[in-house]
Amino acid sequence: MIAFFIKRLAQAIVVMFVISIISFSIQDNLGDPLREMVGQSVSEAERQQLRDELGLNDPFLVQYGRFVKNALQGDLGTSYFFKEPALDVILAKLPATLELVFGASLIIIFLSVPLGVYSAINPQSLFSKAVMGLSIVGISVPVFLTAIGLIYLFAIELNWMPSYGRGETVDMFWGWESGFFTADGLAHLVLPCVSLASIMLPLFIRLIRAEMMEVLQSEYVKFAWAKGLNPRRIYFLHALKNTMLPVITVGGVQIGTMVAYTILTETVFQWPGMGFLFLEAINRVDTPLIVAYLIVVGAIFVITNTIVDLVYGLVNPTVNLAGKK
Amino acid sequence: MNKTVSLLAGAMMSLGLMAGANAATLKMAYDADPVSLDPHEQLSGGTMQLAHMTFDPLVRWDRNLGFEPRLAEKWERIDDLTMRFHLRKGVKFHSGNDFTAKDVLFTFNRLRTSPDFKGIFAPFAELKVIDDYTIDLVTNKPFPLVLNNVTYLFPMDSAFYTGNDANGEPKDKLVKHGNSFASRQLSGTGPYVVSERQQGVRVDFTRFDNYWDTNSPGNVDEIVLTPIKEAPTRVAALLSGDVDFIAPVPPTDHKRIVSNDKVDLVTMGGTRIITFQMNQERVEAFKDARVRQAVAYAINQEGIVKKIMRGFATPAAQMSPEGYLGYNEALKPRYDLKKAKQLMEEAGYADGFTITMMAPNNRYVNDEKIAQAVASMLAKINITVDLKTMPKAQYWGEFDERAADMMMIGWHADTEDSNNFFEFLTACPDTDSGLGQYNSGNYCNPEADKMMHEANSETDPAKRAAIMQKIEQMLYDDAAYIPLHWQNLAWAARKGVNVEPVVNVMNFPYLGDLVIEE
Repeated sequence: MIAFFIKRLAQAIVVMFVISIISFSIQDNLGDPLREMVGQSVSEAERQQLRDELGLNDPFLVQYGRFVKNALQGDLGTSYFFKEPALDVILAKLPATLELVFGASLIIIFLSVPLGVYSAINPQSLFSKAVMGLSIVGISVPVFLTAIGLIYLFAIELNWMPSYGRGETVDMFWGWESGFFTADGLAHLVLPCVSLASIMLPLFIRLIRAEMMEVLQSEYVKFAWAKGLNPRRIYFLHALKNTMLPVITVGGVQIGTMVAYTILTETVFQWPGMGFLFLEAINRVDTPLIVAYLIVVGAIFVITNTIVDLVYGLVNPTVNLAGKK
Repeated sequence: MNKTVSLLAGAMMSLGLMAGANAATLKMAYDADPVSLDPHEQLSGGTMQLAHMTFDPLVRWDRNLGFEPRLAEKWERIDDLTMRFHLRKGVKFHSGNDFTAKDVLFTFNRLRTSPDFKGIFAPFAELKVIDDYTIDLVTNKPFPLVLNNVTYLFPMDSAFYTGNDANGEPKDKLVKHGNSFASRQLSGTGPYVVSERQQGVRVDFTRFDNYWDTNSPGNVDEIVLTPIKEAPTRVAALLSGDVDFIAPVPPTDHKRIVSNDKVDLVTMGGTRIITFQMNQERVEAFKDARVRQAVAYAINQEGIVKKIMRGFATPAAQMSPEGYLGYNEALKPRYDLKKAKQLMEEAGYADGFTITMMAPNNRYVNDEKIAQAVASMLAKINITVDLKTMPKAQYWGEFDERAADMMMIGWHADTEDSNNFFEFLTACPDTDSGLGQYNSGNYCNPEADKMMHEANSETDPAKRAAIMQKIEQMLYDDAAYIPLHWQNLAWAARKGVNVEPVVNVMNFPYLGDLVIEE
């Protein structure tokens, strides 16, 4: 277990290092941050002077060296726009994004398992066919279209749901403001979570259905039938448990992907989270923030994958984490 | 936000709630929130919008581009170089300090250190304090735009901004990219106090109880400004009743807003000109005035306005919009394909040539589509265009390098004066003086430049107008650049929110005077 963690930590450091080099080397192609800081009538000489003050005229290696030196002390740079440490800015926006991902995950878990299992057990039923048909639609419609469609229908036409933002939040701990504990906050969560879930939900329904159908063909299930076990016990205890193994693996990877997808959802809903922040940072050429975001998201990927590996070990004891043979 | 200020604001807010018989709250959404609370950090629309809510200028523009007294009650010209301003008495800052001439001097000196604003205040030699409520503004040479430029002078509370902050830095320090006192704290004389601010998420404003302008009809006690970047979301927020007032409104949604009986659309002809410049240094053919004229004749401004801008722009044949001194009525768009082809033939380019073109794709309304339309119009006179569009963040770097043969640029004159267009867009490029900084065409007409300098020191408006109109004519005849249109402005609000009287062509709504009917 400890060996596994140390190995993971070493991997994480390499991943972070590679991300920082890549994001640092693309930043020159994102545009000129000075342009976003000064008005259009400011002269080139003034801009050069500001660039010097910011150290933007230094050679790449000097800039990168300075960045690494500060990063090792936990300082990922200062956002040009927010004028605060980039890491603080991102961590302040993290709760909003995590709540969005959490809400979407709840929708996915509570819908995909019953629907997937049902359509595996009754592949010929009309309902299963409808679910499969809809999931094709869901997978093919881009998330921003889903989001705008939802806003149009539920916010403008029916006026049931708010159209943007997080609504009322309550202070939790460590500056975590949650929208899960007020009626207004929950109402604001519904549409963004549904849009975000719409990308992953069809995938999981299909995955669970396919896995389940395969498991139902296996020898041990046939044996269970022959033994005359209760069908409910066969489906939900024996079959489902083995179905979930690949689902957990895919799910872990997809949670990371979902954090990435929040960029679109958050932008459409003006959701004050990390994804929206990142897109804005790109528009503003706020390079320290861009680099910090990529590193934080890289860290999230590494962490979720580590957790998935641990959970995998719990569900399937035959998996050896440290990789010893 | 510092704690005492928020406490203060909280107290004021509760006071306001108790006192306000017709208390109204305005929830509004712009496409961005102000980058800083420091009014001198960046010269941008967002900063000016904030300044007009929380500060007052000495004078401000009225709807007809005339001047309206604000913190200066009246003014008179003493001699060719000096303008005397009489300041309003009994004006309080948000901090409770009294407003006097020393605040104006403090602000003037600070403006002259701001990279963004020092250009506007460069023509002034000094500001003399005569007494507590009288100042003299002295210019280096006779200068016609004293009033235009003092619309940018929003007196700051000198006592509030004096001393050192918690980090030991001077409170009035002007920092472009840092956490300075002035970028987070604000004390002005304006109608609203910033009560809370979460950058990029929302700004809350509360009406200032001791606001000097008791004649203002404004009845809005609280304003919540939310930046909503995506235009469809902004429009949806208005239509669903989540916000009361939005700007800008994309042309594609005008129909939807007009057809909705719960909201109103307010539009106005704008002053931002969109142009293309033809680089004479990169393309030999553009040195020939006939080729430039051919391009000018080949572009159908009216078609672009009708088809791409959906009528939401005014076709242009010059840079000065109507209402500016330099606006020359005689100049009309001149689309004539036959004439264009004929000119190409005369110049010996009947078979045409190939050029590169660059335009931004997220800076001006429909910028990418406009560039595509212009490229296809040029194809008709056998000029093959290799078009590249890119986000503004990358575009300006390319523009500075003059990286393409034709480049798009839009311009709004900060001084609301025609000469500003000439100085930046068509004057002979000169890195020392900064003239022609955005003249990517390298067009150079010494005669026009001479007249431009003349207009800069001509204080008689009629004579100035004549000079500047003549410059517009010369640039037109010479086809120095390709004018396309002036972008219109649009705001939309819930019915009952009377935004129409407070919006203006500069796009700094005077929200202090906004009335909400219940």
